Amino acid sequence: MVDFEVVDLPETDHVAAGETAPDFTRPLVNEEFWEDRSLSELTDEEPVLLIAYPMDGAFQATYVWNEVRDRGWADEAQVVGLSISSPYEHKTFLAEREVDARLFSDPAADVIVEYGVENDLDGMTGIVDARPAVFLIDGDREVQYAWVAETQPDFPDYDAVADALDEL
Amino acid sequence: MADSDITLYRLQACPYCERVVRTLDALGLDYHSRFIEPMHSERNVVKRVSGKRSVPAIVDERTGVTMSESANIVEYLEATYGEGGA
Repeated sequence: MVDFEVVDLPETDHVAAGETAPDFTRPLVNEEFWEDRSLSELTDEEPVLLIAYPMDGAFQATYVWNEVRDRGWADEAQVVGLSISSPYEHKTFLAEREVDARLFSDPAADVIVEYGVENDLDGMTGIVDARPAVFLIDGDREVQYAWVAETQPDFPDYDAVADALDEL
Repeated sequence: MADSDITLYRLQACPYCERVVRTLDALGLDYHSRFIEPMHSERNVVKRVSGKRSVPAIVDERTGVTMSESANIVEYLEATYGEGGA
């Protein structure tokens, strides 16, 4: 991609495949409104593809969600995002990306840190962002697949995610 | 929270909505809070459930009541769930 080494992100002790995904409650935003929802409420209904991503507006957010939309994953699992952006920003982002998904809002990054996918941004003092990360979580809240960005930037192995979805 | 019968459609810091919240809390009622956008054109969900774009609006699945206007909602809640209510 580029003729120099990209920057590595610090190693992280993130939630991994085989572990139980930590439960949490945050405002979950859809195209029309937002309300507090817990992860366990969602996994009780259907497996969840949880995608952490840099704040709405960053190019990685745009690229990741365009890919998710184009692959039609919403037909195979509940696709939910997780970023530090506010519910108002999430609502605009969903409309702009035209993606069939819902987005958790975690402005203080507590959930993002608990999952081990945080990124202390250089040059934006005080902002802890999420790095791109993908967790496929089944009905028992067990993580079936996990991927977390290791470089800045980094993108999911979308085919590997698709394979994991097929194996559900 | 997940099992409550009442859903409140509200706008952040809307005084009429806060009035309804105060009444719900005073009556010890659990409810879902669904936040919507300030712009009227963005309020399709409220229009769909209540017929109007105004908030607050509540949907009470226990009684089948859907209602707008804070004064009406407060009166309904107190009559239904207050002392002497059903």
